[in-house]
Amino acid sequence: MMNYFPDEVLEHVFDFVTSHRDRNAVSLVCKLWYRVDRFSRQRVFIGNCYAISPERLIARFPGVKALTLKGKPHFADFNLVPQDWGGYVQPWIEALARSRIGLEELRLKRMVVSDESLDVLSRSFTNFKSLVLVSCEGFTTDGLAAIAANCRFLRELDLQENEIEEKKNHWLGCFPDSCMSLVSLNFACLKEINLAALERLVARNPNLRSLKLNRAVPLEVLQRILMRAPQLVDLGTGSFVLDHDSDDSETYRKLRATILKCRSIRHLSGFLEVAPRCLPAIYPICLYLTYLNLSYAAGIHGSELIKLIRHCGKLQRLWILDCIGDKGLEVVASTCKDLQELRVFPSDPFGAGHDAVTETGLVAISSGCPKLNSLLYFCQQMTNAALIAVAKNCPNFIRFRLCILDPTKPDPVTMQPLDEGFGAIVQSSKRLRRLSLSGLLTDRVFLYIGMYAEQLEMLSIAFAGESDKGMLYVLNGCKKLRKLEIRDSPFGDSALLRDVGKYETMRSLWMSSCEVTLGGCKTLAEKMPRLNVEIINENDQMEFVHEDSQKVEKMYLYRTLVGPRKDAPEFVWTLE
Amino acid sequence: MEKEGLGLEITELRLGLPGGSAPILVDKNEKKRVFSDISGDHENSSTDWKLTQTKNQAVGWPPVCSYRRKNSFQEKDRLETSKMYVKVSMDGAPFLRKVDLSMHKGYSDLAVALEKLFDCFGIGESLKDAENSEQVPIYEDKDGDWMLVGDVPWEMFIESCKRLRIMKRSEAKGFGLQPKGSDYKGNVAK
Repeated sequence: MMNYFPDEVLEHVFDFVTSHRDRNAVSLVCKLWYRVDRFSRQRVFIGNCYAISPERLIARFPGVKALTLKGKPHFADFNLVPQDWGGYVQPWIEALARSRIGLEELRLKRMVVSDESLDVLSRSFTNFKSLVLVSCEGFTTDGLAAIAANCRFLRELDLQENEIEEKKNHWLGCFPDSCMSLVSLNFACLKEINLAALERLVARNPNLRSLKLNRAVPLEVLQRILMRAPQLVDLGTGSFVLDHDSDDSETYRKLRATILKCRSIRHLSGFLEVAPRCLPAIYPICLYLTYLNLSYAAGIHGSELIKLIRHCGKLQRLWILDCIGDKGLEVVASTCKDLQELRVFPSDPFGAGHDAVTETGLVAISSGCPKLNSLLYFCQQMTNAALIAVAKNCPNFIRFRLCILDPTKPDPVTMQPLDEGFGAIVQSSKRLRRLSLSGLLTDRVFLYIGMYAEQLEMLSIAFAGESDKGMLYVLNGCKKLRKLEIRDSPFGDSALLRDVGKYETMRSLWMSSCEVTLGGCKTLAEKMPRLNVEIINENDQMEFVHEDSQKVEKMYLYRTLVGPRKDAPEFVWTLE
Repeated sequence: MEKEGLGLEITELRLGLPGGSAPILVDKNEKKRVFSDISGDHENSSTDWKLTQTKNQAVGWPPVCSYRRKNSFQEKDRLETSKMYVKVSMDGAPFLRKVDLSMHKGYSDLAVALEKLFDCFGIGESLKDAENSEQVPIYEDKDGDWMLVGDVPWEMFIESCKRLRIMKRSEAKGFGLQPKGSDYKGNVAK
């Protein structure tokens, strides 16, 4: 039936299909749909920048306006990937500029971005509106100055957790006076900022909805900014301390009064430096908050955190440090009945952990917050009984990431591995898409994962398992697996090579400090030409003999349509 | 990831100096145990495969991204005092000195500073080649144990180091390192 409609009708229907996965599915139905999707597609997601080339992207989707690119493997976050590994955005920006693509939005994660790239970006796309950089590096505030100066219709500049070299150039002042279109600005990861330029910028951008400041913005300036922008929905405070001088109480009083006028704030973060006695100023907005991120607020102690949280009855997402303690989590459980996502980060990962959280806190959360569907939990210990209780209370997990600070710690009560606990989680949460394991684990947990985790897309394994069987259970059972990352686990060639075709159904596989050998990796590379099998060999080992029996320290393989990459550094060998 | 030139044994946590010496009993309740000790306790763990580094001190563990590591850990301490002064004693020197660990980027940086403080050479060498050097740098950690300098990542070291001592190799052989909770005080430098 659909084939009798003109293309415009199909296009109009496809407009309502927004998720990139659904669009991908649409394009596979028939040649007609492929063609219509191809020319009407505006938003493209590329999960691995080396899976495809910029030229092929442009050839297939000439109408692309919004592009997401991801570079380095996830374990790069934990220093497992050396500097200069790759993930450069330059060739993408150059190709898009050359082909005069009408790029409007660019979102990059774990990529290397240079000032030159930012400069070219700022001058090549007249309608450029949105730049989001997450965990990127390689650029300085000079690059930001180019974006500010040249992107006349910029709506969004969102810098999340990047490593940015800061020059003394007052980049913020490069936004021209005519720039009044800003909706979202996040510079929390910078150390400095030009305060006068900031205040002027906020004053002339009445559409600002999201503003995340850095620690260089003092409380007095925050107060003045909030006066100018009471319409903010998403606020990241910078520094939240008052100096000990005579204007103390006056500033605080003004702040309180101003905050009362900010009735739209629903997301709150920051508190990069904080004097807890100033916190009551924000209690009035706590009532309406749906997202609270205090994971960088190490200056707030457990008891003050608890007082704050008692005001936050509508929270859906909470990111916090483990100094909240189990008792604090019990308060969360009784206050935040709508909680869907909880992330508890470690505040003192190598210390004695007196304030840290345990299984008690998690069980409390699960019984008080049945809507919980996303968890990241760093804790001192975990028991099977607790995990089984959590599984029963919360059958809706989409993401479940548990990190026991001592990575091979067994259940401290029974001294058993945590296989049964994780097994209960995967069995009860039928929609689980992401899972990270820790604690003492045998092959059994992988048997459970293979059997029950039917929707699992991403699995992170560290210091777990006993034999190749573990990895095989996962590869055989998890049909929707896309990303598998394994470190320090005894999986070797036999598991790696059993089903080589599997890896073309996945985005990538990372294995480090496992039992796979050079020979095994070579065999895989030979059999699968559409995989790049990369070995990272950082050690300057003159004795490193290229023997097939040699164990490989780090292997990263991924499917690709464009063969071995040409920008690999000399410590990365792509096997063929 | 591997420490150049050091054997596997160096990265095992044990209460003794590298380069031979007698086996030390590890208290079962002591937190710092090697993976193989734990796995030996469980009958369903049949592997003889070992971690190349102790589990508490593996690179990239706990899995917290480096931006977060730099920006949220020990913030409390940093706010109150951004400095991390620790006492340093050197065998043979009449006075103790103090160094601010937060001022240094890594072990080699610290070694240079110590060499200047005590006007001596060899500390940098001792970090690379503990077995053969004249000096042995050790430090007392948060738990009160004396540890060899250089085993753990720098960030972890500065968080847990309470004091430093540069020992002469000849002294090291008789040095008693005791498990926590023991009555015996040992001849630890004051």
